[in-house]
Amino acid sequence: MDLFLETFFSWQIISEAWPILWQGLQATLMLSVLVVPLGVAGGIILATLSTVRNPWVKWPLRAWVDTFRALPPLVLLVFIFAGLPFIGLDVGAWGAVAIGFFLNTGAYYGEILRAGIESVPRGQIEAARSTGLTRGQTMAHVVLPQAVRNVLPDLISNTLEVVKLTSIASVVALPELLFQARQAQSVTYNATPIMAAAVAYFILLWPLVRLLSRLENRQLAGRR
Amino acid sequence: MTGWERFTDSFFNARVMAQYLPKIVEGFFLTVELAALIIVAGLALGLLLALVRAFGIRPLNWLIIFLVDLFRALPPLVIIVLLFFGLPNAGVELSGFVASWLALTLVLMAFSEEIFWAGITSVPKGQWEAARSTGLGFVQTLGWVVLPQALRITIPPLTNRTIAITKGTALASVVAVPDILGAANAGVSFSFNPSPLTLGAIAYLVLFFPVVVLGRWIETRFAWKR
Repeated sequence: MDLFLETFFSWQIISEAWPILWQGLQATLMLSVLVVPLGVAGGIILATLSTVRNPWVKWPLRAWVDTFRALPPLVLLVFIFAGLPFIGLDVGAWGAVAIGFFLNTGAYYGEILRAGIESVPRGQIEAARSTGLTRGQTMAHVVLPQAVRNVLPDLISNTLEVVKLTSIASVVALPELLFQARQAQSVTYNATPIMAAAVAYFILLWPLVRLLSRLENRQLAGRR
Repeated sequence: MTGWERFTDSFFNARVMAQYLPKIVEGFFLTVELAALIIVAGLALGLLLALVRAFGIRPLNWLIIFLVDLFRALPPLVIIVLLFFGLPNAGVELSGFVASWLALTLVLMAFSEEIFWAGITSVPKGQWEAARSTGLGFVQTLGWVVLPQALRITIPPLTNRTIAITKGTALASVVAVPDILGAANAGVSFSFNPSPLTLGAIAYLVLFFPVVVLGRWIETRFAWKR
């Protein structure tokens, strides 16, 4: 038991490693603030395009979305970070993460928003258009607000997944929370920094998980 | 060398691809094996926890809820790293394969418990009362009346969640498992050419593209008409 506590919950190690971990936590928060809006922006573009009925738009779009949903995000990230420099495109760790998350999480946000847009009755669009709103105005002021409301639990759930996913940036040596924890561990030969990182993630994300669990129960129960 | 030649020589180099194809194929089957083991264990444990939760034993349910929340909140890679790099400091060594399997199984367990439980609670109370009044016991009601109805509505969310978590098998490459990504990474560093990564990406698409399309189909097929 003492060994266990000493290895995973040592106060001395925590206080030594804290500055390193704190930098990591800040980078993780910054990363989340960067990639969530990027993904949402990508999603809005894809979802708006999905309302176009032309088959020359529809099928390539679906192939695009399914490709980036089928490719594990880490594979995409490694490809961008380690593959592209061979043809002279070195975007760095932050650049690779930004591009990878834009492509991957954009596809997921796009699918969710598309489902939301499809849940808005056609009459709403026709009514908005007949009052003189343009296509773009109808989308921005009538369709999207209702669409977002209808799929809110899915949007929050995806955002939770995106924040968790920022931990893969450690693989391309971006100094976020997990990377910093590994650094601290290799210096101290003690697992406490990694445990501390896990606890930080839990404290950060637990409220979101609680909220989701309530929303999802209500949503699934409402299907009857 | 023109730009185009440089591009094909880097990403579609036939010589390098032929050399590393066997490794990628081995990695492919390792990924499939890991994924299958995660799905079987994760879904079974998730269902088990949901069934235990149905008995309504307070302290036990709090424990289940905590476990589920914990593994929903932690990033899978953090769990894998903790198991693989952290446990050895306490004298417990897990192989990369076992650490990845255990971590992703726990994650799938948490997500599927949540979905199974939502399915069970979505069955109207009247179904319970009717079944109990015909003389069925609690366990019989749960097994023969409630669960079959619950499972049907859990299929779409469960499919999507399972696919998403199974894609996490690529994380195993971080702890030196020679799965598709692991084999591709090794290929790149030996040949100093990124073509093995292209092969790896293709291998993942071959594996997951049909699954994603299937998930889309299941979602529409099992959708409840509102």
